[in-house]
This record gives sequence, C-alpha cells and structure tokens, in this order.
Amino acid sequence: MISQHLIILVVVIPLLASTLVALVRRPLFAWYMTLAVSLTEFVMAALLLQKTLVEKVISYPIGSWAPPLGIEYRVDALNAFVVMLIATIGAAIAIYAKRSVEREIAEENRSSYYALYLLCYTGLVGMAVTGDAFNIFVFMEIASLSSYVLIALGRNRRALYAAYQYLIIGTVGATFFVIGIGFLYLMTGTLNLADLAQRLPAVAGKAPVYVGLAFITVGLCLKLALFPLHLWLPNAYAFAPSVTTIFLAATATKVAIYLLLRFTFVVFGPSMAFHDLAFPAIWIALSVAGIFYGSVAAIFQDNVKRALAYSSVAQIGYITLGIGIATKTGLTGAVVHLFNHGIMKAALFMLLGSIALRAGAVMMSELPGLARRMPLTAIGIVIAGLSMVGVPGTVGFVSKWYLILASLEHGWWWLAALIVASSILSLIYMWRIIEAIYAKPEQNQQDKNGEPPLSMLAPSLVMVAACVYFGIDTRLPVSVAAIAAEMLLGAGR
Amino acid sequence: MHTLAAQFSNWGTVVLMMIGLYVVVARGNLIKKLVGLSIFQTSVYLLYIGPGKVLGGTAAIISPNFTVYSNPLPHVLILTAIVVGVATLALGLALVIRINAAYGSIEEDEIIEQERDE
Amino acid sequence: MMQREVIPRVVVKLLLPFILLFGLYVQFHGELGPGGGFQAGVIIAAAVILYGIVFGLSAAQTVVPKSLVTAMIPVGVLIYASVGVAGLLAGGNFLDYFVLDPDRVHGQERGIFWVEIGVLITVSGTMTSIYYAFASRPE
Repeated sequence: MISQHLIILVVVIPLLASTLVALVRRPLFAWYMTLAVSLTEFVMAALLLQKTLVEKVISYPIGSWAPPLGIEYRVDALNAFVVMLIATIGAAIAIYAKRSVEREIAEENRSSYYALYLLCYTGLVGMAVTGDAFNIFVFMEIASLSSYVLIALGRNRRALYAAYQYLIIGTVGATFFVIGIGFLYLMTGTLNLADLAQRLPAVAGKAPVYVGLAFITVGLCLKLALFPLHLWLPNAYAFAPSVTTIFLAATATKVAIYLLLRFTFVVFGPSMAFHDLAFPAIWIALSVAGIFYGSVAAIFQDNVKRALAYSSVAQIGYITLGIGIATKTGLTGAVVHLFNHGIMKAALFMLLGSIALRAGAVMMSELPGLARRMPLTAIGIVIAGLSMVGVPGTVGFVSKWYLILASLEHGWWWLAALIVASSILSLIYMWRIIEAIYAKPEQNQQDKNGEPPLSMLAPSLVMVAACVYFGIDTRLPVSVAAIAAEMLLGAGR
Repeated sequence: MHTLAAQFSNWGTVVLMMIGLYVVVARGNLIKKLVGLSIFQTSVYLLYIGPGKVLGGTAAIISPNFTVYSNPLPHVLILTAIVVGVATLALGLALVIRINAAYGSIEEDEIIEQERDE
Repeated sequence: MMQREVIPRVVVKLLLPFILLFGLYVQFHGELGPGGGFQAGVIIAAAVILYGIVFGLSAAQTVVPKSLVTAMIPVGVLIYASVGVAGLLAGGNFLDYFVLDPDRVHGQERGIFWVEIGVLITVSGTMTSIYYAFASRPE
C-alpha cells in the first residue's frame, strides 16, 4: 500500500512534519523531527527511484480525479533522480544541522527555522514530482517564500537585504512563469503537462505559444540563476545561515533546471524550442558567458562563501551548456552535472559551515593555519575543490567529459577548448582557497580549536567521499542520466 | 472583436504589467518596489480571468435555467495566485521593516552605500 | 475626552457581530456562490483587526490571544493535510473525497467542508498574526 502512494508521501510527510514543528515550538523536537523526516525521505526516494527504473513512468491522480481533468503527479527517471538528490542532501543536512543551527540561529527562532526548512523541502520535492503546470507554481512559491525567510535569518544584517533582493527577483520570475502558463492554458485549455505536450503541436506556430515559451523560460532562468539573471545568488548564498546555503545551493537551482528540461523538451518539444526559435545559440552564448563571468568573479572575492556562490553561477552555466547542446551526450552531461554539482557544493558548503561554526563568517584572511587546526576538514576542501576543477577520478571530471564529448560530436572545437579554459579558471580560484588554508598563520590564532564536531564532520566527509566514489563508479548517476536524456529527446517531435 | 474597446481587458493587462515592472525596476524605495510587484501580479490576474468569461455565459453554478457557463477554473487558479501575492507582500513588508531597523533607511542606494563601506 | 473617537467605537461595536456572521456565511456558501475558506478567513481577520485598530492592540489581544493565532496557522494546514491522509487511509488516493462517505457525492461535500474549515483557520490566523506582528513593534 505504501509503495503505491510513495509519490504523494514524499511530498506530504515533510509538510505534516513542518506543521507539527510549528505547533510544538521546542528546538530539540524540531531537530529530531527533521532528522526522522529526512531519513524517511531518503529511504522513500530510493524506493521511488527503484520503482521508476522498473515501471518507466508512474502516474498518480490526486483525489482520484482522472487526468487531464484532475491534478496528476507523474514521475519518470528524470524527476525520480532529482528527488533522490534532494533526499540525499536533506539526509546529510539533517545530521549536520543540529550544531550548525544551534550556533547560528537565535534560540527563539530555531523551531521556526526547522519548520521553514521542512516547508522548503516540501516545495522542492513537490515541484519535482507534480505533473500539473499550476501545481508547479504553487510548490515553487512555497519553496521560494520559505527560502526568503531561511536566508533572512542569517546573522549578518546583509542577509536581510539579500533576502529582499531575492524576493523581488524571485517573485518576478515566478510571475513570469505564471504568465507563460496562462498563455499555454489560453491556447490549449489544459494545465496537465502530458496533455499540453499532446495538444501543443496542433496550435504550434501561433504567437501566444512562443510568448508562453519565452515567459516560462525567462521565469525559470531567473530561478536557476542563469547569467545575466543571477544577481540574487551571490549575496543570498554568502550571507545566509550555513544550513540554508548548503540546502539551497545543492537543490533549489537544480529543481528549476529540471523544470526547464521538462518544459523545453517534453512539453514544447525540441523542434519548437530549438528550430523555430534560436535557442541553441542563446543557451550556449549565455552559458559560456556565465561560466567565465562566474569563474572570474570567484577569483576576486574576499568572502570565501561568496566566491563559492559565484562558482555556483559558473557551474550552472555548465549544466545549461549541456542543455544548449541538445544531443544525448549533452543532455546526459547536463543531468549528471545536476547531481554532481549538488554533492560537490553540498560538500564544500558543509565544510565551510564547519569552519564558520568557530569563526563566524569565512573570510580569506582567516583561512591561514586552518590545515593545522582542522586537517580532515582541509583535506575535504582539497578533494572537493579538485572535483570542482574536474580532475579525473572525481565527479567533476565525469560531467565535463560528457560536455566536451558533446561539443566534439558537433565539431565545435572552440567550445571544448572553452570548457577546458574555464576549468583552468576554476583551478585558480580553488587554488587560492587551498593555498590560504595550508599557509602559515601570521600571528598566533586566538582560538586553537580542533576539528568540528563529529555530527558536522561526518556528513561533510561522506559528501566528499561521494564526490570521489561517483567519479570512479559512475554507473548509477550516468545510467539514470542517460535514461533521462533519452526520454527527453524521444518525447519531442 | 478586434476593436480597441472590445479588447479593453487585454489592454488593461498589458498596461498594468508594464507599469508594475517599471516601478520595480526604476524606483529605489523598497516599499515602492513592493507596490510595483503587486501591480505586476494584478495584471496576471486580469490575464487569466479576462478570457475566462464566456460570452453569454452565466456564473458557474449549475442551474436548470442555463446551459452556457463561464469557465470557473481561472478563478480558482487566480485565488491561489492572490493568496501567494498577499503572502509575498506581507513577507516583503516584514523584511523592509527589519531592513529599516538594521540600516536606518529604506532607499536602495543608501543601503548599497552602507554595504559598500562594510 | 476623545470626542472624535466616539463614532468609530460605537459603530464598530455595532458592526462586529454582523461582520463575523457575514464571514461565516461566506465560508459555508463557498460551493454555491463566491466564497470559501480564504475569503471568509480574511473577513473574520478583518473583524479582529478592526477591533484592534479602534480599541487598541491590548484589547484585541485580550479577546484573541497572540498564542492562539500563532497556533492557528499550522492547525489549519494540519486539518487540510489530515483530510488528505484520511482519504489515503480509507483506501483511495491522497485528498480523495469519494471514499469519505458511502455516497460519493456526500463524500465530496464532506471533504470540501473540512478542507475549507482548515483554510479558514489558517488564513484568519495568518492575517491576524501579521497584524499583531506589525502593530506590536515599538515605535
């Protein structure tokens, strides 16, 4: 019975937990609840992924109203993979969060923080599993509104203005998305994604459909921080509490990318998106611009979290580059990097959060001497950093390999060269950080504290190990990504 | 149906949308930005509800006297969107109050000045 | 004393029961006319807020305590989600109203009734909490 309702349980359980946490305003209960829910979600997401690999597509009508009249939750390899990513990061964060939240959030706000975290979790998973266009908007706003508050609870007062900026830009993006859905609804009369995919070819070529595609794409690009629509990201990630940064950096933009893939390939179809409009050129141009802008900006930051935030902008550029090269290899690279970047950034931000536990903010000037005080953390940062650069044996290499392969398949040598050049830029900013960590401290550091507590160190190192493990044994992510890419290209006309 | 007057709801949508977006982008006062955001969201409500009215249709309550009904689905969607808009506005205003307490100003350029000095 | 405040005080005192009654009317006629949980929630919250504006925040918080409205927010969501889970436990899908009653149409009515109650509680709690939060900041 449970396996039949897995799709809805992954959404409802965090929602119920969030209300319970909001009612019982005890921080310890809040953390236990979050831990229990995150671990349950991890198991359910794994079962869901397994079920999807067997059954190809799982459809679940809410309220037993048959689609396309009713709202339908629809899971295939692509979104089961995204849910698995969210659940994995969530499970690691739940173990990590206790000490980090105790340190960074005031006591009276802690239960609210966990309640909002669970709400954000609900929103992200809901966005991933639903098959109804307006339902996507509802969950998108649930996730966004809770993430605005999660960011605003940061210690630095700059978190408030960063949250406000994100609110304005994010709401404009969500409203653009709704406008696009509105045009689609007016042209076809349905909101169900699968039904839209069937009805759109009949009205293809008319202006409102293209307007709808444009609005949806721009709205989603505002959410996934494609250059030049990334302005909210650096400050939001830099000044938010550590747990927020880990969660949002690893999952929020990925779900928006999943939605972009779903709309571009399944609903509209590659022929409309890529042939009628000049999408490949726009995607590739903006992605390359984003990669270089993000990497160069990351080199010049003093705040390490902000440098990694700019690096996120660059990494998202890689994913959209794979989308722009819309071949099977390109899309496999994009989907695999969706997962890989999630675990890489989760590892890096977790390790940074452990450093921040003792020190507060993480500035470049505070890094020297870290390697001696926290050797394991330092090694973790080195390995995760190598993964960001794309050293063979790490996950970063796998994604870049597919992207370079995809560019060469098209005969675009210049693009492959650009990808390699950008890796050198990431090497520069990661090297800057690593060099600072292993440098000798100038004066004696005031707190000669050691490694972060085990509850924080263990999940971080598990994530770092995942970076290496999935770089060597690439079967699981790559096979699921390949199935997803095949499905995306095959669904189109 | 192609006269200017007949399409007034579409014109209203476009005018409100542009006014809202302009205010969000061009005004530096944080509260004015939120007002512009609200105006922008209102235009979206018009976008959905205007075409939802079926000419000659009555309210969407089943009655033996009528055969043509207006489409009730856009109304439900917009109810959700209105709730989301209200929540966003409330959240934005709460943030502005906190920003005012932390920075002493609600003008964007003054806040950026203070952040630059940090 | 405060001559000009007499009119609002008297009028609000007379109007409040009608506002609350109208809110309840809107709540229960959601399926027959414009209305439903959200509209009714806002009307009821408006009644409390009106009382708070005219008679003072402390008077309003004596009648509707802050802890109550803060608790109302998750309780409404819990009621809504519980109706969904009840559908699951009774053998249908999530938010399946058909299985809530042997007669399928009555099941729909039951389900809608309870979810609208949930929406009413959450919306009125949220609106009143927002008012309390903004109004109680020291100026």
